[in-house]
Amino acid sequence: MSTDAPGPASHTVGTTRVKRGLAEMLRGGVIMDVVTPDQAKVAEDAGAVAVMALERVPADIRRDGGVARMSDPAMIEGIRQAVTIPVMAKCRIGHFAEAQVLESLGVDYVDESEVLTPADEAHHVDKWAFTVPFVCGATNLGEALRRIAEGAALIRSKGEAGTGNIVEAVRHLRSILGDIRKIQVADEAERFAWAKELRAPVDLVQQVAERGELPVPLFCAGGIATPADAALVMQLGAQAVFVGSGIFKSEDPSPRAKAIVEATTHFRDPAIVAKVSRGLGEPMRGEEIEGLEVKLAERGW
Amino acid sequence: MKAGVLALQGAFREHGEVLDALGVATIEVRTPHELAGIDALVIPGGESTTMGMLLDTSGLREPIAERLRESLPVFGTCAGLILLADDVIDGRPDQEPFGVLDARVRRNAYGSQLASFEADLDVRGLAGGSFRAVFIRAPVVEAVGDAVEVLAEHDGHPVLVRQGRIFASTFHPELSGDLRIHERFLSEVMT
Repeated sequence: MSTDAPGPASHTVGTTRVKRGLAEMLRGGVIMDVVTPDQAKVAEDAGAVAVMALERVPADIRRDGGVARMSDPAMIEGIRQAVTIPVMAKCRIGHFAEAQVLESLGVDYVDESEVLTPADEAHHVDKWAFTVPFVCGATNLGEALRRIAEGAALIRSKGEAGTGNIVEAVRHLRSILGDIRKIQVADEAERFAWAKELRAPVDLVQQVAERGELPVPLFCAGGIATPADAALVMQLGAQAVFVGSGIFKSEDPSPRAKAIVEATTHFRDPAIVAKVSRGLGEPMRGEEIEGLEVKLAERGW
Repeated sequence: MKAGVLALQGAFREHGEVLDALGVATIEVRTPHELAGIDALVIPGGESTTMGMLLDTSGLREPIAERLRESLPVFGTCAGLILLADDVIDGRPDQEPFGVLDARVRRNAYGSQLASFEADLDVRGLAGGSFRAVFIRAPVVEAVGDAVEVLAEHDGHPVLVRQGRIFASTFHPELSGDLRIHERFLSEVMT
C-alpha cells in the first residue's frame, strides 16, 4: 500500500491521506473528459481542475459499440504533456494490468470505470496494491463502501454516461446521500443490519454513521450537460463534478466549459448560474434513459 | 475577529474545520462582498490555474490585491502559496499571482501524484514535536528574499515561510488533523 521513496526516513508516498488528499484538492472543481491534447488545453483554459484522458467520450462509445478499453499510452502521454493540471485515465473494471500500465505512465488518478467494457464480472481491482489513487463509480451506498473497502480514494456517483441526461446522476446521489442520512439515526444494532443489507464492511458503516458522510470525497458524474445541471448536483451534496460528453459534444465547447466551472463554484447563487448560462449555444442533444440499449451504470458489483 | 477562507475551489472546507476547531468564526469567501468583513484570509490548496480564472470571473482579484496591500493577514497553502509568490516557474504564461511573497516557486516540482508524500517536519519554535506534513503535487520554493523567514525545510527547500503578516506553506496543514500551524498563524499575525 505504501512504499518508501528515496529521501529522509519519514518520507512516505502512496498513503491513504496522500491518495485522498488529491481528491480534496479537486473539490468544487470540474474534471473534463478530453480525447486530444488540444481539447485538454481548451479544458485547462476553461478552468478544469483535471482532465480525464480517453480515446472516445462516452457518447461515442455508446454510439460505436464494441469493446471499450484503456486508451493508447501515446495518447495519454500527449495529453499529459499538453497541460499542467492533473491527468486521470480509465481502466476496465477488474483489469489490474491496465491499471498497472496507467500507473507506470505517471497518471495522477486511475478511474476504474463502467464506461469501458468490464474485464472481470466478479472482482474489482485491488486498489490498495497501488501507489496511484483510484476513483470508482457507485449507484448506491453499498457499492460506494465496497469500492472504498477495495481501496478507492474517491467515489463518483455513476449517473448514465454519454446521455446528457441528469436523471440517473440525481437518482444515484439521492440514494447514496439519503442512505447516509438514515444510517446517522440508526442505533448500534441497526448498523449491523445496514452493513448486511448494503453488503459492506461494518466498520465503514460505523464511520459513515459517525461522520455523516463517506470516508472519501463524493463527486458526481454521468449526464451533466449544463451549468444548472452542475449547480443541481452540487446542491444535492456532490463535492465536484465530472463532465464527459457534455462539453465536447456541445455546439461550442469552450464557453460551455467555462460556464460549468463557474456554476460549480457559485452553485448556491442562481443569479451567477443564470448569467453564465446565457448564449452558450446548443447543449449536447441527449438521450432518454428508457431508449438505451446498454445501461453502463449496471456494470460493477 | 473573523477569518475568511477563499472558497472558489480546493480544500477550503478542511481549513474551515481547523479554524472552527480553534474557535475562530470563519466564512467562505466567493464574492467581494464576503471579503469585505474579514480580518484574515486563508488561500487553500487546489488548482492554481482554476483559482486564477475564478479570481477574475468572481471579481475578487483586485479587492484581494487591495486588502493584501493593506497588510491583511494571509495564509496560503500549496496553490495558495503559488498565488502569493512573486515569481512562478512552470505555471501557465497567463498565470498572474498576487506577488506579495518574495519567493521563487516551481509548480508541481516533485512530479505527478505518484510522488506526493507525507514527511515529518521540524518547525522552528513549534512546541510538541515534529509536524506530520502532507504534500500533494506540491510546489518547491527555490529561493526566498531577505524579508522571508524560513520556518521549516524539507530536502533543503523551504516548506513553511513567513514574511510579515504572510504565512505560506507548500504542504497541507489542514489535512494533518494537527491544529498547531494554523494556531501559530493566528497567534503571530493577529496581534
